[in-house]
Amino acid sequence: MDFSQIAQQLINGLSLGSLYGIIAIGYTMVYGILRLINFAHGDVMMMGCFFAFYGIMIFSLPWWVSFPVAIALTALLGILIDRGAYRPVRNAPRISALITAIGVSFFLENLGLVVFGGRPKGFPRPDMFAGIYTIGNVRFLGLSIWVPIITLGLLLVILYIVYRTRAGRAMRCISYDMETTRLMGVDVNRVIAFTFALGSAAAAAGGILWAMKYPQINPLMGIIPGLKAFVAAVLGGVGNVVGAMLGGLILGLAEILLVAIRPDLSGYRDAIAFGILILILLFRPTGLMGEKLPE
Amino acid sequence: MDEHRRRNQIFSIIAVACLFLFLWSMQVFADSYQIRILNNIGLFIILAVSYNLINGVTGQFSLEPNAFVAIGAYTSALLTLTPIEKEMAFIIEPIIWPLSVIHIPFVFSLLAAGVVTAFFGFLMGFPVFRVRGDYLAIVTLGFGEVVRVIANNTQTITNGPLGLKGLAGHTNIWWTWGLAAFTVFFISRMVRSSFGMAMKAVKYDETAAEAIGINAFGHKMLAFTTSAFFEGIGGGLLAHLITTISPTLFTFFLTFNLLIMIVVGGLGSITGSVIAAVVITWGGEALRFVEEPIHLGFATIPGIPGMRMVLFSLILVLVMIFARKGLMGAREFTWNGLFRKIREWKGRYVKES
Repeated sequence: MDFSQIAQQLINGLSLGSLYGIIAIGYTMVYGILRLINFAHGDVMMMGCFFAFYGIMIFSLPWWVSFPVAIALTALLGILIDRGAYRPVRNAPRISALITAIGVSFFLENLGLVVFGGRPKGFPRPDMFAGIYTIGNVRFLGLSIWVPIITLGLLLVILYIVYRTRAGRAMRCISYDMETTRLMGVDVNRVIAFTFALGSAAAAAGGILWAMKYPQINPLMGIIPGLKAFVAAVLGGVGNVVGAMLGGLILGLAEILLVAIRPDLSGYRDAIAFGILILILLFRPTGLMGEKLPE
Repeated sequence: MDEHRRRNQIFSIIAVACLFLFLWSMQVFADSYQIRILNNIGLFIILAVSYNLINGVTGQFSLEPNAFVAIGAYTSALLTLTPIEKEMAFIIEPIIWPLSVIHIPFVFSLLAAGVVTAFFGFLMGFPVFRVRGDYLAIVTLGFGEVVRVIANNTQTITNGPLGLKGLAGHTNIWWTWGLAAFTVFFISRMVRSSFGMAMKAVKYDETAAEAIGINAFGHKMLAFTTSAFFEGIGGGLLAHLITTISPTLFTFFLTFNLLIMIVVGGLGSITGSVIAAVVITWGGEALRFVEEPIHLGFATIPGIPGMRMVLFSLILVLVMIFARKGLMGAREFTWNGLFRKIREWKGRYVKES
């Protein structure tokens, strides 16, 4: 493999990895606060893609209007899911919450199948991202460069919110000790709703980038990216925003490199994430950047 | 207690005889569609009850049945196909040596399916039970995906995405219901034994259970391996019921169906799992009308395919929010319980009149 191929694969891995990372952020924030694996996160991402798709196709909005509107709608959906499904089981055993999350995930997938139909739909790729650039022997889609840049921008915004604003401070407090935070007069439910909104918005942004990269969408598209993003979140240390991004990048690069080095094993691509997950849970359950988990 | 024992035994025998008569009359009078639903019900009783052993009774929330069913189905199918059929099915790459010549009767293939799956469950147990709670769920889900990916890629063993076709339809209602009865009997005896007590102790408080000398890991492994054994047998039955298997059959969707059953029935209740398996399998068929056009005389609502799954997922969420214990909670059906209920009901009725 010569240099240009390596560069090519690195670009691919970087752009796939940052997508995993941005989706993983939503998982990690919700888990950090509620200790709940939001199974429906990948499906929330899928809904974001469909909102954007219908914004462009039915309401004929330009993409720079449709995408932000879709992100806002998805944030709203995140709040609705929390209010309708997760809040009622907040004080139940954690397994009940997990089962609820699985139910919500299947609900969104099947609702998607009923409402949107199961046939994959082509997702429009705005001209801005569609250009193909050549540097030396390396050819790449403009989107492959835009994805890491946009992701980095979103990561900085989320980091700012989590570490520099009052809402972010409340979020971090809740993840330490929800009861004490409540006693300090913080409206815990509102902060959690805000967390869901933020995580869902990030998922929608990641989903739209994903849909432009593989330009088609269907109601079941969220399952595999959702699971892999969860693995990325665990890999980075669940509850840690930077860790989630790091885990996503590692996972993306690992996948692309496996396919590049051993094309005959490319069928096992989807198994890598779970292989990594099993290893990480066995040898370093706190993840790369995680703190020790309370039991 | 002792005086009722004889009565309870007699009632149990009568109940089994009634079931037998019912199945026999169905065998004679029912059409193939109804027989198929009966088969599905028997099969899902096996799968749900054994899944409940690890998830409900031992309280280790795991999501791997699709992996176990897949292993069982492939094992059993590869053993009952004749060498010639295998040669014809494996058109891309020939099947590897020992499997290419083996051909054994259905009943032994089921047994082999159970043993092989239990062995895989045993191996899987070592890594997965090092974690618990949500992580256990995700790791076992991951194993399910890995098994599916492997089945898709090992062309020389599983025939890859092409799957195995043309299996003999050995499975009939005697197999499904006979094995369902055996599963229920075996697992309920296990739950009532000291092993079952220990499993429940692990469920309610693992630390306290270990403090009184229960080997928590060992009992989790026991439950997991037993569950795998029966899931594997269920897989073998499934393969010879639908006669075609491919990796797409064993997605998380299968696990989801079983999960609804054990949650609706009540985590930890074998009775609940049986009732839920019957009601949900039958209900799934009965609910087909929501996907068909509905004529109201003056207007027609077009059929919406897929509506049933929307309803089922909604039911799961609603059960979790409003009726977390499910139908039965962790209670079980007993004859004594039934007679107590009847006496209570009678007492109330007499007082009122």
